[in-house]
Amino acid sequence: MVFLPLAEALRRRGQLEAALTVAEQGTARFPDMAGAWDLVARIRSDRGEGDLAFDAWTTVLRLDPEHPGAYKGLAFLSYRAGEHARSLRYLQRAVELTPEDGDLRGALARVREAAGARYEPGYSRPAPDPQRVLEAEPGLALLLDREGRPLAGGILAAGGQDASARVAAVLAGITREAERAVRLLGLGPWRRLAIEGGPAHFELRTPTIDSVLLVARPSDVPAGRLVLLADRAATAARRWLEELR
Amino acid sequence: MSLATELDALTRIAGVRGALIVSPDDGLVIEESLMEGIDGRAVAALVASLAGRMRGLTLALDHPPPVLLHLEAAAGGILAAFAPSGLLVIAVTTAGVNAGQVRLELLDAAERAA
Repeated sequence: MVFLPLAEALRRRGQLEAALTVAEQGTARFPDMAGAWDLVARIRSDRGEGDLAFDAWTTVLRLDPEHPGAYKGLAFLSYRAGEHARSLRYLQRAVELTPEDGDLRGALARVREAAGARYEPGYSRPAPDPQRVLEAEPGLALLLDREGRPLAGGILAAGGQDASARVAAVLAGITREAERAVRLLGLGPWRRLAIEGGPAHFELRTPTIDSVLLVARPSDVPAGRLVLLADRAATAARRWLEELR
Repeated sequence: MSLATELDALTRIAGVRGALIVSPDDGLVIEESLMEGIDGRAVAALVASLAGRMRGLTLALDHPPPVLLHLEAAAGGILAAFAPSGLLVIAVTTAGVNAGQVRLELLDAAERAA
């Protein structure tokens, strides 16, 4: 795997464009390698491309849910964005995974201080309103866990009745099935599943490794717009789930 | 036009690694045109199962059956069109393929794969 040390060396020398080219060639060739995506994320972060770095580290966690480097990177991005509470959560997870890392524990203490975090016995912050997470319009987006239990939102059937529980049951395990298909073909982690139907079109996302989001729109909504709406809902859902945890 | 000719039209599109026509109920391959290294039978079984689940989704919503599904991944994707006859026409693509063109060819092929 010569591309990993080569891209890392280029990154350290500040040749970020070349480093990115090499690293992305690596992810194209080995799309299931978490370390290659971690490298892409670090290069993106060095280039100041926070959103793209975030996506790459999220991909790392889908491939390897216990990758401490990804949590460290996400903590850094959150801290840089001024989201200290979120940074703290990522760092805590990174420290749980690598308790022997003294530098990380030091960073955790500093972020704790910056976040003003203090343990208050008996206090837990109220979770935000789940409906706010998804769509202003009800019945068009449903968030569920991997086992098919609804988490937020809802979806209406053609006749207007609530079909959330039925749909959630159908979609239980869909993530694993999609993962098997893309793994077989060496396509790397899956990003979206789109379904064109008759009166409605659908987009499926995995906002986190253990959740699934279904967004529906009438078929006259342009496909590209539905993709953007689903991306936005997935980002909101991810934040909401992180808040809950 | 034969089924093989239908698939040739798909695989001529740049970025299409292969195409198959599959019976969705049992995941059996009826016709295939695949690049070396792609296991047609495994792809057929997995996509047929995924397609079945998508049919379950539209059924749960009292909608008609789906027309097309597109699974997009970091390094490529899978598109599958549901033919009126019940068959599935599948394309395996690389990243950066013209998905719009593949979609149209698939829908055309599905229409003719009666």
